[in-house]
Amino acid sequence: MNKIAGTMLTETSSSLVQWLWRSAMALVAIILISMYYDVFDYYEVGIVVLTAVGMALLGQNWPGIRWYIAVVGLLSLFAVDRYANDLSLANTDFFLSYMLASQSAVMWMSVLFVMAMVVYFAGLMFRSEFIQKVATALTWSGSAMGLVGLMVRWKESYLIGSDVGHIPVSNLYEVFILFAIITSILYLFYERRYQTRALGGFVLLVISSAVAFQLWYTFERHAHEIQPLVPALQSYWMKIHVPANFVGYGAFAMAAMIGVAYLLKSWRQSVKPEGILATTLPEMAVMDDLMYKSIALGFAFFTLATILGALWAAEAWGGYWSWDPKETWALIVWLNYAAWLHMRMTKGWHGRPMAWWAVIGLFVTIFAFLGVNMFLSGLHSYGTL
Amino acid sequence: MSASNPLSASRKTFSQRLFLFLGSMDLAITLLLALAIASIIGTVLQQNQPYSDYLIKFGPFWFELFESAGLYDVYSAIWFLSILVLLVTSTSVCVTRNGPAMFRDMWNLRTHVQRKSLGAMRHNTMWSVESTAQATVTTLESTFSKLGFRVRQTPKTDEVLISAMRGGMNRLGYLLTHLAIVVICLGGLMDSNLPLKLAEWRGQIKVETQDLPLSKIPAASILAVGSQAFRGSVNIPEGQSSDVAFVAMRDGYLVQNLPFQVEVKDFRIEHYATGQPKSFESDLVVYDDDLAEPLTTTISVNHPLIYKGYAIYQASFSDGGSALSLEAWPLDSQAGKEPLSFDTKVFERRKMHWGDNTSQLEITAFRPFNINPDPTEDDPANVRNFGPSIGFKLRANTGEALEYQNYMLPVTRDGRDFYLSGVRTNPNDEFGYLYLPIDEQGELTGFSHFLQRLHDKKISEVIAREMTLATLNEVANTDQKLAQSLQDTLIKLVDMFVKGGFANVTTFIETTLPEAERDSLGPAYLSMLREILARVYVDGLNLAEQQSPTESQLMFLQDAVDAVGSLTRYGSPIYFMLTDYEHVQASGLQIAHSPGKPVVYFGCAMLIFGVFLLFYLPQRRFWALVKENGQQTDILLAGMSNRNPREFDGFFEEISEKLKHTKGNSSVR
Repeated sequence: MNKIAGTMLTETSSSLVQWLWRSAMALVAIILISMYYDVFDYYEVGIVVLTAVGMALLGQNWPGIRWYIAVVGLLSLFAVDRYANDLSLANTDFFLSYMLASQSAVMWMSVLFVMAMVVYFAGLMFRSEFIQKVATALTWSGSAMGLVGLMVRWKESYLIGSDVGHIPVSNLYEVFILFAIITSILYLFYERRYQTRALGGFVLLVISSAVAFQLWYTFERHAHEIQPLVPALQSYWMKIHVPANFVGYGAFAMAAMIGVAYLLKSWRQSVKPEGILATTLPEMAVMDDLMYKSIALGFAFFTLATILGALWAAEAWGGYWSWDPKETWALIVWLNYAAWLHMRMTKGWHGRPMAWWAVIGLFVTIFAFLGVNMFLSGLHSYGTL
Repeated sequence: MSASNPLSASRKTFSQRLFLFLGSMDLAITLLLALAIASIIGTVLQQNQPYSDYLIKFGPFWFELFESAGLYDVYSAIWFLSILVLLVTSTSVCVTRNGPAMFRDMWNLRTHVQRKSLGAMRHNTMWSVESTAQATVTTLESTFSKLGFRVRQTPKTDEVLISAMRGGMNRLGYLLTHLAIVVICLGGLMDSNLPLKLAEWRGQIKVETQDLPLSKIPAASILAVGSQAFRGSVNIPEGQSSDVAFVAMRDGYLVQNLPFQVEVKDFRIEHYATGQPKSFESDLVVYDDDLAEPLTTTISVNHPLIYKGYAIYQASFSDGGSALSLEAWPLDSQAGKEPLSFDTKVFERRKMHWGDNTSQLEITAFRPFNINPDPTEDDPANVRNFGPSIGFKLRANTGEALEYQNYMLPVTRDGRDFYLSGVRTNPNDEFGYLYLPIDEQGELTGFSHFLQRLHDKKISEVIAREMTLATLNEVANTDQKLAQSLQDTLIKLVDMFVKGGFANVTTFIETTLPEAERDSLGPAYLSMLREILARVYVDGLNLAEQQSPTESQLMFLQDAVDAVGSLTRYGSPIYFMLTDYEHVQASGLQIAHSPGKPVVYFGCAMLIFGVFLLFYLPQRRFWALVKENGQQTDILLAGMSNRNPREFDGFFEEISEKLKHTKGNSSVR
């Protein structure tokens, strides 16, 4: 079925597929819990169940993510199997050293994302549906390699020492990968939903910037080395606080890039209405709506993440709110987007000013994410540069 | 939060206008942004630091200006709290104004709509079926119900209106999110230090700014056990206990009494193989008359103890007054005497009498391990344990202090072992190190012995004479006066060196020698000095005839000369050697009582629930107007949604298809 770009795709999968998918997720959760029943505590069982429910919901009407989850799962299992119990295989085993060892997988992710960005823009330039489809495939692959990289890194940390092992969302290097993965998946969701690939280059631009930073960080600072967790981070809260936060950051970043596309189109329309950007980018109303959608999503998850952070702080730092620089900047980001949403939902503002505001919002978010760690001192100093 | 009606504004009373202003969207958005901007201040300017630091940083003028603006504790400054109060007021007014309408809208199925307004809606469709109106109404109603809608039928004059709604709880999202802000802020207020500030303002309590022992703290600075919120901290050495916590306030503190006594049995740090800390744990015992027997537990970071609503956290650690055995090795003219042994404790201060000088020794720190980067390796990740160390200050009568750091175990450098002692004048500087060479027995005696010989005028006289003779023998004619002058110069050089190192000798050369001779004689003086220092050393070895010093002895000489040369910069007449210790740690506990916590958490739950309802549960309404038209029945279906108009296009299509194709409805016009 060919749909016009920008129309909503509300296609649902057949109920047989839906049930198969849900059962598969339930089965994986049950297998995991029964295998590790002895070592899991309640929270870990809870996290497995919640993850399975989340995956089941995400995949019930979205074939792409079903393939994604299956492929990532199988590749990760294969890598874990290759490793057996010897970390040094990362350099000698063919599959590990060229593809699946976390460092190699992350390199693949980096290359694929940068290629995807270039190809998306090329597709836009040549107005080619085919080239853009290739870009979508590259984005899926990049995001799969990134997640495989994180999964394998998780295993590698346990191979270093059973007391060193931890989920790889504990430092700046790891969360940069997480950011790239989450932002790309969010984008792919909306790409399918809105049947438009024209925005891909813009969103991949922010992902590629993250990748560039992450590469610098790897080569210049050896940030990819796995470090044991400081006592303050040894908490199950980390497993949910950090990912929730990055859904927020990713959605805000995507909103800002759509804002950029919006502003570009509105500028080109007034200068050269028959030009490439003015004609190939989605309708203004579609972008406006998408921008709102991503900010709403980001806001919901950022609210959740900040509250989870407060619950964690109450356990680790002795109070749910300490006006620590990181907490305060989280509040500033939250207040900023709260004001944006009120402007939009109640005052009905839209268009260029809101697009500008979304772009400025990204800078506020980047400061909260990176600037605080670089320039301000405080309790939340895990991601120092 | 809706805009006021401008037409009627002039006819409203002041309080009505104030109410409208407070509930206005413009004010709300302004406050959100104002709060965001105000919050930045406290992240840029480090909060709650010692006031003296601020004074040094800003100078007296700005210090006072910033202090009066409350910038050192922005988040409890009056003006900051006022913004918060305004935001809460604005939100409350908004909920009061819009709440009832929202609440009604959650349930109201809007049964008063007219055919005309349905036809004007963006989404509408018409079709006819060949059955009675009554049957159609029943079918439609049951289909709507099956699709999850709430339905009601309203008979009109010659037709029936079916109203249906899904997602009415979207409005609950609005109520929950906005009430949540009010609830969270109220909970936060319960946990704030505002009551303390009020009590201080009324003169009931007084912030103590001096560092006093607990027994001397005045009653006005002590807070009784009660229901009030606080966040205090206390350092408890192992084996000791406390029934108070110290609450920091501005540039001082208050003492909060606790309804129980907490004892620290043991404090432990575990390390990873790489040396990074792995865990901080304290074994605690809580004593309380309400307990049948004392409560024994272990807390660690991320795993606090909650007892009677008081949470006890592992926050920090420090030395708890470790017992130290020290030896004082003289480095001045007293060198060579037996070192003086004494026992002390970390944080102890004692007067030291040394010749005519009195100074105060303040032990500031003890560390049983020093896992530092290995200086002999290029990779800073390669760490090594440098053994125990002590930190102390030597304070002169003038109040000035030098800070030292001494390592207990010798450190190897270039294959030789040294006792290492760091010194600095300013806490922000790096330590400069004195390397005291150890002798073949692994002791400091060799160095001490050499130093003693250098201080001994008789020895230097004898050696100087020998050396003069040896030098002049090589010259044919011996001039008595020259010999005497050379000997005096040698003695003088040794004296200068002992008093001030090579720098002192160089200054001596520059000030006493005529400029013309300086370039030729200067280096000669320095090599003569090195020669006589070596002779003093070798002479002290009491070697047998014809025996020359070994390679390692010569190395020792070189290191000893370097060490003596830097003694002036070292600044202390004594080297304190750590000979034994008993490590006692103190666990830094944070003790908090926050009665507002459940309120805040409840507010948070409301907020999360509300936000997701608001964004992801669109309120969708449908109306079907059913009218009998001869043999068939006409149906007008219309729908609207308050979110996601784009998504609703598809949804309306889907729902209308389902309604049209339900059993019994066949013909579509």
